[in-house]
Amino acid sequence: MISLHGLTKEFPGGVRAIDALDLEIADGEFFALLGPSGCGKTTLLRTIAGLETPTRGRVAIGGVDVTATPPGRRDVAMVFQDYALFPHMDVTDNIAYPLRIRKVPRAERRARAAETAARLSLAELLARRPGQLSGGQQQRVALARAIACHPRAFLFDEPLSNLDARLRLEARTFLKRLQRDLAVTTVFVTHDQGEALALADRVAVMSGGRIMQVGTPAEVFQRPASTFVASFIGSTPMNLLPGEVRGGGLRVAGARLPLPQEAAGLPEGAGVVYGVRPEYVDLSPAPRPGAFAGRVAVLENLGTAHLVTLEVPAEDGEPPAGSEPGGATVQAVVPEGGEPALGEAVWAAPRHERALVYHDDVLLTRAPDRAAR
Amino acid sequence: MTSDPSGLGRGGAAALVLPALVLIGVFLVFPALWTIYLGLTDYRLTGLAAADPQVVGPANYLDALGDERFLGSTWLSVQYVLGSAVIGQACLGFAIAWLVRDRRGPLRRVVEGVVLLSWILPGSVVAYLWIALLDRDGGTLNALLNTPGAAWLLDHPMLSLVVFNTWRGTAFSMMLYAAALESVPPSHLETARLAGASAFQQLRDVVLPRIRGHVLTNLLLISLWTFNDFTPFLITAGGPEGASETLPVYVYIVALRDGELGVGAAVSFLILAVNLVFALVYLRLLRARGRDADVPAPARAATRTAA
Ligand SMILES: Nc1ncnc2c1ncn2[C@@H]1O[C@H](COP(=O)(O)OP(=O)(O)OP(=O)(O)O)[C@@H](O)[C@H]1O
Ligand SMILES: [Mg+2]
Repeated sequence: MISLHGLTKEFPGGVRAIDALDLEIADGEFFALLGPSGCGKTTLLRTIAGLETPTRGRVAIGGVDVTATPPGRRDVAMVFQDYALFPHMDVTDNIAYPLRIRKVPRAERRARAAETAARLSLAELLARRPGQLSGGQQQRVALARAIACHPRAFLFDEPLSNLDARLRLEARTFLKRLQRDLAVTTVFVTHDQGEALALADRVAVMSGGRIMQVGTPAEVFQRPASTFVASFIGSTPMNLLPGEVRGGGLRVAGARLPLPQEAAGLPEGAGVVYGVRPEYVDLSPAPRPGAFAGRVAVLENLGTAHLVTLEVPAEDGEPPAGSEPGGATVQAVVPEGGEPALGEAVWAAPRHERALVYHDDVLLTRAPDRAAR
Repeated sequence: MTSDPSGLGRGGAAALVLPALVLIGVFLVFPALWTIYLGLTDYRLTGLAAADPQVVGPANYLDALGDERFLGSTWLSVQYVLGSAVIGQACLGFAIAWLVRDRRGPLRRVVEGVVLLSWILPGSVVAYLWIALLDRDGGTLNALLNTPGAAWLLDHPMLSLVVFNTWRGTAFSMMLYAAALESVPPSHLETARLAGASAFQQLRDVVLPRIRGHVLTNLLLISLWTFNDFTPFLITAGGPEGASETLPVYVYIVALRDGELGVGAAVSFLILAVNLVFALVYLRLLRARGRDADVPAPARAATRTAA
């Protein structure tokens, strides 16, 4: 188990890369740190590894405070984004390097390296130098080096980001199976939310050195706790539209929408943010109640579906507080064949049971119950 | 077209390189050949042989190789190179570069500034400074150590020269190694640290294999410079009793003070030969290194991703 208490890291010059962060990562868990560039993911991982000394706070691994323990004695293995393979050593020596430092006898460490390599389908490549390997092979050698010394935890810093898109998918599946087999606590840094959702048992979404939300991929995806998380998670960004409570309902971008039960306590005129994923927006060519009326401005082909971007003109009346006077943009994903023509007038109806309502950046809507799903 | 990518034609190309070839011939090849010729004569600076030098064959070379004084000078030169260049400058330069490697700010700038200063000052100035430092009467060192009357330059001439040249030349090695250390990816050192490697193991397993080429280049250059260095003459003039007479000093004394130009030319040629051997060994090592050097490939992988 890895626990962090009030962890803060300030770099000289006043950059606070991690800000009073608390986190518990369970034994055997596959944990993803997700967030935009510069939010402190790498710094957090390096602090766990002991490569950075925290300004304040504590790091404990397996219940033991290791804040002052040098990295070599923390019994963790890290895979860097550039893999950090030693170019002058062949694959065997690279994999066996941590064992060599631990004074494992030569024959044994070669055997263990070969065994680990075989597990990662590197058996044929043992005598090669890193310069003679493809990117995907290098990535597996780096993994093998981390695995061969049986550490208490793996720390991965964007290990897949140097692979091309297709290889990355393969490596992802491979990594997930490997972690499940080994059952070693794994912290995985990525800025690719798809990767985090696909791999992790739990995800922490970070921003500005703080954790915005921790939860299972399903929780984070379906019930983002703040508009930041909502806009960050999802392969197509969520529609986040300003609106206000009016006459027992919601007024959002010209549409009158039902007020969710949890928001019933809001006073008349209270400003809210209405969130709905483009996947949960249905288009129809004819006017419908509870739908945004707009014109198709952009059509993007996603392969099996289209992402349709609608321009919703400003309301005739006064616009809701906070909305841009120029009207709103609503996106919808429509399945193959159902896409409207460019410039066509359409009505976009959000599925209310999927909608999220934020007031003061706090999520009000509860999880939909089973019947609604 | 394939054999003539510049499109100049054979004549045009020759016309282009001719001036350079003439310069090289006049200023490099001719003097070298002339030195070999002089080494075969009894040419002197003054006297009868100056007017009418006779060819004496390899006598000068054989005399030099059998001469105690020449062999003694060679041994002193070896001491000077090993002591001040290989051990002094290279080791000290690397140590400083390693210690300040991830320092930024004033400390590093001060260290670099001080070290550089000793390097950029003219030889005559630093020679004077060191004489003033080591002088028996009123020398700064004696005042500092409270050892009045200690004659450093007389009692320990070679040691003094080795310390002097280490002080003078460390800057170059330091800067070269500092640049080399920048090329060691931090993630490699950190991987070793996470595996539990000590500082020595990090140096041995990560740093040195990576900067081997820099080390070779550095050793070659500073060995050559030190081997050919004439500044010792400005400090000790080869004395006392030839105890600090390295080869360049020996040549100067024999050829210009004693006037035996023929012998001096012969010894000069031997020095040239030593320099050539240094250079050849270096080229050989460098080529061997080029064969097994592997470029790590994340860069390659990254370009593929971008494509
Ligand atoms: N050595 C350093 N000195 C000063 N500031 C630093 C240092 N390392 C990181 N930072 C700053 O700390 C913040 C967090 O950096 P970090 O590398 O942890 O971001 P990240 O989330 O890993 O980003 P990315 O996804 O781009 O890798 C950034 O603002 C960065 O500029
Ligand atoms: Mg990072």
